Amino acid sequence: MNKSFSILAAAESAHSPVVPQPAEIIVGLVAFTILFLLLRAKAVPKFEAAYKARTDAIQGGMERAEKAQLEAENALRSYTAQLAEARGEAQKLREEARVEGAEIIEQMRTTAQEEAARITAAARAAIEAERQQALNSLVSEVGSIATALASKIVGESLDDQVRQSRVVERFLSDLESNSEAKK
Amino acid sequence: MSLLLAKADSGFTPPSAADFEFQPIFGNSIYFTKPVFMVFLSVIVISVFFITSARKAAILPSRMQFAGESVYGFVRKTIGEEVIGPEFMRFMPFLFSIFTFVLVNNLFGIFPLLQFPTMSRIGFPISITICTYLVYHFVSVKHKGLLSYLKEICFMPGIPKPVYLILTPVEIATYFITRPLTLAMRLFANMFAGHLLLLIFTLGGEYLLHSGLIFKFMSLFSFGFAIGLTFFEFGIQCLQAYIFTLLSALYIAGALADEH
Repeated sequence: MNKSFSILAAAESAHSPVVPQPAEIIVGLVAFTILFLLLRAKAVPKFEAAYKARTDAIQGGMERAEKAQLEAENALRSYTAQLAEARGEAQKLREEARVEGAEIIEQMRTTAQEEAARITAAARAAIEAERQQALNSLVSEVGSIATALASKIVGESLDDQVRQSRVVERFLSDLESNSEAKK
Repeated sequence: MSLLLAKADSGFTPPSAADFEFQPIFGNSIYFTKPVFMVFLSVIVISVFFITSARKAAILPSRMQFAGESVYGFVRKTIGEEVIGPEFMRFMPFLFSIFTFVLVNNLFGIFPLLQFPTMSRIGFPISITICTYLVYHFVSVKHKGLLSYLKEICFMPGIPKPVYLILTPVEIATYFITRPLTLAMRLFANMFAGHLLLLIFTLGGEYLLHSGLIFKFMSLFSFGFAIGLTFFEFGIQCLQAYIFTLLSALYIAGALADEH
């Protein structure tokens, strides 16, 4: 109590701390006004600009990220679809190739068979021709052999029967005419 | 305190309001005292710091820009947006100036070498209060019109008539006397008392140091207390800057509100 009284007394003796000095009010007003004008002109707009830029950047970034994600999802979907399509395509191609291969094999088999048949036929024809040739030569040979045989037979039993001779003669002429016609 | 005085005998002169009086640094003009210089110093410090930190306005802030933005963002969000609402942008330069001006001048109180809170000279709180006072009355008149503003103060709507007998003087006193008076006084008194406390423990400790051996030991406690109180003062200085700005914003918000 004493103490506070002494403070008050001291305050009154000097200058009461609650009584303002006009000079200080003026200084305060001037200083505050300067500060206010400076901050209003140079600091606050800049801070707001930075805030706005940052907000825009963050929002823009998020939008871009969303868009990118959407794009990525779309791409993935289309890739998956394409992959499935490609798989189907490959399956189809394989199937086709198999069918085609089977067809080719079939075709080749047919061709081979035809070829074989042709070769067989040709061979058969050649054999036939050769047989014919052999037959022809056989006929001529048979003729000569027969003639030879006959001459032998005729030589040995010429005086036996004249009739027989005539038969042989006729036979030979027949044979001859036959071979003549063949030629 | 009385204990301290008892120990100190009659040799100790306690700090008093006289310690808040400053002689002119040169000449004998009242405009060249330490507090006046400090006020202008605060204007320089604040404007240089915030203008340089805001200059680039980069999306990715430098450390300095981040520091400046943190302070600005604090005032913007907790005081501007939350108290005033959608129209707060118009008042941001004003609120930001008040906050930084009061804060820096308060912090001078514990800043080495300066060590005097400018706001403990009542003239400075009064000058800011005058600004707030003018602003909120001006906004009210502009927003509501002079007559309906006075009518709202004198006859608050939705109150039974006899109550006006008491309420009207109270309302008038609130708007025109109590608000500015408490606004200025609160800041001044907090800074004044805080500085006085620090002075008592520091000067007391110093005095004890020059006394007998036991008292030298006691002075440790006194200095320790002064250091502890310095941290405490730091909190109060920040808080008072916040409260002053918050109340200014509240008065402006009241001026913008349509009805009570």
